[in-house]
Amino acid sequence: MSQPTEAAHALSVDIRKRFAGDADFELKLEVSMPPGINIIFGPSGAGKTTLLDCIAGLSAPDGGQITAAGRDFFRDSSRTNLRTQDRGIGYVFQELALFPHLTVRGNVEYGIAKLTAAERRRRTNGILESFRITHLGDRRPQAISGGERQRVALARALVTDPCVLLLDEPMAALDAPAKSKILDDLRAWNQAHRIPILYVTHNREEVFALGERVLVVEKGRILAQGTPHEVLAAPRQETVAQLAGFENIFDATVTSVHADRGTMTCRLAGSDVELETPLVRARVGERLRVGIRAGDVLLATVKPAGLSARNCLPGTIVSLLQRDVMVVATVECGVAMSVHLTLAARDSLELQPERQVWLIVKTYSCHLMASG
Amino acid sequence: MDWQAFWLTVRLAVLVAALLLVMGVPIAYWITYARWRGKFLLEAVVALPMVLPPTVLGFYVLVALGPRSPLGQVWQSLTGHTLAFTFEGLLLGSILYSFPFAVQPFAAAFSSVDAKLLAASATLGASRFRTFARVILPLSVPGIVTGLVLSFAHTMGEFGVVLMVGGNIPGVTRTVSIDIYDRVQALDYGAANHTALLLLAISFAVLSLVYGLNRKVWAPWPGR
Repeated sequence: MSQPTEAAHALSVDIRKRFAGDADFELKLEVSMPPGINIIFGPSGAGKTTLLDCIAGLSAPDGGQITAAGRDFFRDSSRTNLRTQDRGIGYVFQELALFPHLTVRGNVEYGIAKLTAAERRRRTNGILESFRITHLGDRRPQAISGGERQRVALARALVTDPCVLLLDEPMAALDAPAKSKILDDLRAWNQAHRIPILYVTHNREEVFALGERVLVVEKGRILAQGTPHEVLAAPRQETVAQLAGFENIFDATVTSVHADRGTMTCRLAGSDVELETPLVRARVGERLRVGIRAGDVLLATVKPAGLSARNCLPGTIVSLLQRDVMVVATVECGVAMSVHLTLAARDSLELQPERQVWLIVKTYSCHLMASG
Repeated sequence: MDWQAFWLTVRLAVLVAALLLVMGVPIAYWITYARWRGKFLLEAVVALPMVLPPTVLGFYVLVALGPRSPLGQVWQSLTGHTLAFTFEGLLLGSILYSFPFAVQPFAAAFSSVDAKLLAASATLGASRFRTFARVILPLSVPGIVTGLVLSFAHTMGEFGVVLMVGGNIPGVTRTVSIDIYDRVQALDYGAANHTALLLLAISFAVLSLVYGLNRKVWAPWPGR
């Protein structure tokens, strides 16, 4: 589809909302979401669901405007506040909220009651087929699996031909294979129906699996937006970095720049540890932050040789904590570094506190962020 | 066995239940969903008959029905006779007396419908009325049935209000419980026992029917 059409279908939100009894929290964001999957990513309590509720008309902003497909949903200057039932949106709740007294078919047909019986049947059959739930038509929601219920909820919302689709952590209860199949179907549907889809999640894997665009929200504000790779793989802010799963974040100073090799050397604050990192636009002496995922650090009991990794740090194990089937090792190597290990690795290397070890960190596992 | 009194009582109880269905559902809906600060006042008024002695309720209904009250005067100008000591007057008193037994189960059923279902219905384009008719009402059937059965059974056995408002006119206001009272006053324990036993059996049968048919029904017994 052409550019102007895409823009005409965009959802534009510029709202603020406070809550009685919580003086510190204010939802205040301004964003335009084009057709396609827009991930809203952030910790719980960030205001993600409130944002969806405002778009759906289930909750009213204190001020601002919400416009979708060229229609004003909400505009304080003209005192417009369209009722939920008149907004023409699709909303899949975290709890799904399927009607327990209706069959799968009854649920899907609920939102298209105004159509003629023939048209209703045609549309319902079509959507049941594209979500592969035709065989469940006569069953009640209680009698089908979680993944199937998920598909029914999606089908019920999409059959109404919404101008915006809101998904509130819709896959939270599903296992990975079921999830990815449903996501494929959703993406296929979205190819044919170019509407903005807002997909709320706090799951990092989903962001990379799905998103064309991601919006990081925390404490009611937008922290960052862009493609998942731009925002999460190389985060510029520390909050985003923590959300993206950097267990190790250090203050650092650039000590030398090797423009020819595409690398730099940074010294971690309060230590003599020097790391080789990817080259970013920075001068010698500039302060930065380095983020390293605990799962990206290798651990060896003897000094390794013949490695491609450029950072090899001697250190001492301070503690080993078992978390489910994973071990979190804290290693003192001038700074305290978290390292994730398997149980098998801990046992075969006979790791224990006070053991001397070597930490190996690839250059490209060091992610640079702006300081503070 | 006074069958005239029996059928009169059944007719009264069925009418009370039917009228409470018509009046109680909108009131219960309003009590459940209205966001009005003074709502508790209405809730208290609806619940009053549960705690008031039937004679107090009956006394005020009698006064309200009498020829000196506005209601009594309107009725008299329309029909030519007073409401007091008539079947219609008895019906009115009984409806007030059984009001909480219908409205409270209705309201409890409405409020136990998951709010997310109502939100889902609205996002699917349904008006409030359609949401009520297609989601709230079908999911509240057990509560509605409970309210109807309780008000039916409650009316079957009412005594104080009948005595105050209806008196004891055979075929008009003489109900089963009045009949039993009369027999006991006349020391005719055998006949009183017949009627009392029938009333007991009916009440038991009706309640077990409801609880048997629907395990999820609003109940004084906690669920398992």
